[in-house]
Amino acid sequence: MSAGGALSIRQVTKVYDPEGVHVVAVDNCSLEVASGEFLVVVGPSGCGKTTLLNVIAGFEELSEGEIRLDEGPLALPGKQVGPGAERIVVFQNGALFPWKTVLENIAYGPVVQRRMAKNEAQRSARELLRQVGLEGIEESYPAELSSGVQRRVEILRALINEPRVVLLDEPFRGLDAVAKSVMHQFLLDMFERTRCTMYFITHDLDEAIFLADRVVVMTTRPARVKLELSIDLPRPRDHRVLGTERFLKLKQAALEAVHEEALKAFQAGERELA
Amino acid sequence: MSTVRRNFGEFQVTGLTHAYGGVPVLEDCSLEVPRGKLTVLVGPSGCGKTTLINILAGYEAPAGGRVLLDGQPVGGPGPDRLVVFQETALFPWMTVEQNVAFGCRVRGMPAGEMRERVQAVLVKVGLSDFQAKYPSQLSGGMQRRAELARAMVNDPKVLMLDEPFRGLDAMTRSIMQEFYVGLFEEVGRTNLFITHDLEEAVFLADRLLIMTYRPGRIKEVIEVDLPRPRTFQVMATQRYNDIRQHALELLFEEASKAFEAGSKAAFDLVDGLARAAGRQ
Repeated sequence: MSAGGALSIRQVTKVYDPEGVHVVAVDNCSLEVASGEFLVVVGPSGCGKTTLLNVIAGFEELSEGEIRLDEGPLALPGKQVGPGAERIVVFQNGALFPWKTVLENIAYGPVVQRRMAKNEAQRSARELLRQVGLEGIEESYPAELSSGVQRRVEILRALINEPRVVLLDEPFRGLDAVAKSVMHQFLLDMFERTRCTMYFITHDLDEAIFLADRVVVMTTRPARVKLELSIDLPRPRDHRVLGTERFLKLKQAALEAVHEEALKAFQAGERELA
Repeated sequence: MSTVRRNFGEFQVTGLTHAYGGVPVLEDCSLEVPRGKLTVLVGPSGCGKTTLINILAGYEAPAGGRVLLDGQPVGGPGPDRLVVFQETALFPWMTVEQNVAFGCRVRGMPAGEMRERVQAVLVKVGLSDFQAKYPSQLSGGMQRRAELARAMVNDPKVLMLDEPFRGLDAMTRSIMQEFYVGLFEEVGRTNLFITHDLEEAVFLADRLLIMTYRPGRIKEVIEVDLPRPRTFQVMATQRYNDIRQHALELLFEEASKAFEAGSKAAFDLVDGLARAAGRQ
């Protein structure tokens, strides 16, 4: 599998201006993500995190600034490279085709983009399933799977494209504590195996610190970087790291920053309605 | 914290058994909800938590077992045991104030007393300035506070909450948790709180009841000795983490116990059970 790509987000601003209602979603935001880095972004709801992810993914255009992937331009004002296999999004709500089998779902991308023949893609999909101990579900349909397995299939569907960057927007939202911790181990395994660059959005600080090389806390809208935490916990990680003094120190710093922004967002919301 | 008031209640539940369509949901389920404590019931969706609360509230009669509130058997629903639900149950055609006053009005409380009570509760939940608004004009966090106010105004002996913050975004949810825990600490009412969010459970609880998967029983009671008043900082302490980790291991244990050898991981089964119960 391919190695990760380096993302360079330079002074990006995104303004929505439907009928003159000037809403600044992202304000002069700069962020460097190293090749093979696991970056986790946290911040209040509606702070513009997802907007930024959408711009990186090529779903939306930026208003100002520049985004580069390995020095190739991805986005400039008025010039946007559309979505591509080198940066794949894993969505929070299953985007699997319900009428296709697991195997067909995973093999879909490379076939439709004519990068692999159907046989080759399916072989590759089987191999991925085998690697993660999910053999036996190739011919199942998504509805026959638990939401946890669906989410893993979703991630494999991204990885088969050998992306340089995987963009994940709260992929484990709604799972209970047990399921989440199984998913974390799964994603870390995949990360160690592929060393794709990960750009991961969440609200869950334990999740953030457990997974990340670096955690970035965003401000309330408009989104800017409020705090960067380098997560110097050794890898490979398992749940025992959660109880270490270092982990708790990092969590404390992140909690303070996030809580401050959450309160600001909350109070602003109340004022708006009054 | 204030001293526990005379009129708050306590539950003693012994040997509850219940089934839906032949599928056992609760089996020999016994627990205590002590006076003036915040008891949190945690378990995955579908483990029977909601059934349990419905029985305690008197909405459902158990197939077997006994529920005592302050020594008296619980019959039907009553204003001494109120439930705040996960979905908002505010009447959309009434203002916040009318919604909050509804229970008192139905019980025929004199207008003056009612007004006084309603206003006091609205102040408490920070909705005085919003009392003339309709639910649809409120944010999610405000709706949940109106919901809390509507229960609190009746001054129940026990307040039961079934995933009351579900569906709120994570940030609003954490603000609401702090707000709610503050209300509890101020009044010291008996509270029974259901959640499947372990972080929330440990943050709020005096006592944490871990449920087994179907059929539901209490697997273990964890005394949460974190200091009060609680603020968000407690979540970065060693003690909090130890308790959370212990609870997580118990939940894992339950998942694996039910897990049969095969290609599926433990949580698939959990999901499967939840789905089979049609409660997810």
